[in-house]
Amino acid sequence: MTSLFAVTRATLAKDVLLEWRSKDAINAMLFFSVLVVVIFSFAFDPSAEESRRIAGGLVWVAFLFAANVALNQTWMRELRNQVLDAYRVSPAPANALFLGKALGNFFFVTVVELAMTPLFIVFFNLRILGPAWQLVIVLVLGTWALVVNGTFFAAVSLRTRVRELMLPLLLFPVSIPALLGMVEATTAILTGDASPRFWLNLLLVYDVVFTTACLLLFETVLHAE
Amino acid sequence: MPADPAPVLELDSVSKLFGRVAALRELTASFAPGRLYGIFGENGAGKSTLLRLIAGLARPTRGRILRWASDDLHPALARMGYMAHASLLYDELTALENLRYFAGLYGLAASPACEDAISSVGLDPALSRRVGDYSQGMRQRLSLARALLHGPDLLLLDEPFSNVDAGSAASMAARLGRLRASGKTIFVVTHQPAHLEAVADESLWIAAGEIAARQPGIGAALAASTGVTQ
Repeated sequence: MTSLFAVTRATLAKDVLLEWRSKDAINAMLFFSVLVVVIFSFAFDPSAEESRRIAGGLVWVAFLFAANVALNQTWMRELRNQVLDAYRVSPAPANALFLGKALGNFFFVTVVELAMTPLFIVFFNLRILGPAWQLVIVLVLGTWALVVNGTFFAAVSLRTRVRELMLPLLLFPVSIPALLGMVEATTAILTGDASPRFWLNLLLVYDVVFTTACLLLFETVLHAE
Repeated sequence: MPADPAPVLELDSVSKLFGRVAALRELTASFAPGRLYGIFGENGAGKSTLLRLIAGLARPTRGRILRWASDDLHPALARMGYMAHASLLYDELTALENLRYFAGLYGLAASPACEDAISSVGLDPALSRRVGDYSQGMRQRLSLARALLHGPDLLLLDEPFSNVDAGSAASMAARLGRLRASGKTIFVVTHQPAHLEAVADESLWIAAGEIAARQPGIGAALAASTGVTQ
């Protein structure tokens, strides 16, 4: 009997090992994020106050685009040598594959976010006026919002000919409420003007709703012809 | 007189359409356990599609597939092994890392099943080379090990002898013969019927999505392949 937990853990460990050996997703995300930070900093050249107001938007837009790279990679690995078919002919639960992949993507994107945050602070001369620890909550909830839907929609677009284009077309519209929550919560913390509580609650509800929906629908996606 | 054993697999008017193209047309057949079936035919005849339908990777457009008298696929998955034309292996992992992952999908303890499976196809479980660096023949053998890892009762093999040297192919065929003798049911799609000469019980000739012929042994397939090559 195959348990959800055991297969999720095995899939996560396997994906981390594959990424450790290839570094395809992490390198591409890092390179992309650095480019975005540098270009934005030259394009806007903001004052310290302006930086606090726009940084939330810039940071999350950069992470959203960068995450796309990882999300496409994660399923491409399963297409090479048709390895996904080996999973489909096994009795392992479909949701374990989804959870393993989503957790793997969460880990990869978080690594990039942690590497990029100091760079953002330096380039945009940021000084946080609100409770900085709440940024950790925004980071966790926001990143999960990106990767859970991204992992799902990357699987949906897997069998299309223009999958790299299809993923953002599907993911970005669905991510708008989450992106709004991430940006507003981050800006509220950076400026210290308002409480981010409402936006954090929005993110939490968004994560619960979409995680549930993805888990309910993934088996259909996995076995679609 | 003993009753005929219950069939492992029954195809009931199975058709598979891709758009307007019929890959398989109204296939009806029944297959007994403990036999090795060779499936032959020209490219595009529908052989691989048939295996994919049996494995549950595709659904019939019309008709039913019964595995162990049930059309519920999920309980049958743990009892089937599938080897495709592609390796179904991760190139960046070693043989042992690959099989450990797949063992987990079947709820198997990784050791010593994975080492045994790798050794049984003539590969070294301690080999630290990644599968991407393997020769095509080594990949084929490892792919067979993956398909056999959980001891399936029904084995579906698509072109297992392609790109394999004659010695390895003979040893793979002998292994299939032993599996059949132990009661496993095996379907082998191949363009090289000679490898199955000593072990096949029946041959199916698929043409234009239909079972054009079903005969004991593989004499007709051998004759046809000889005719093609001469």
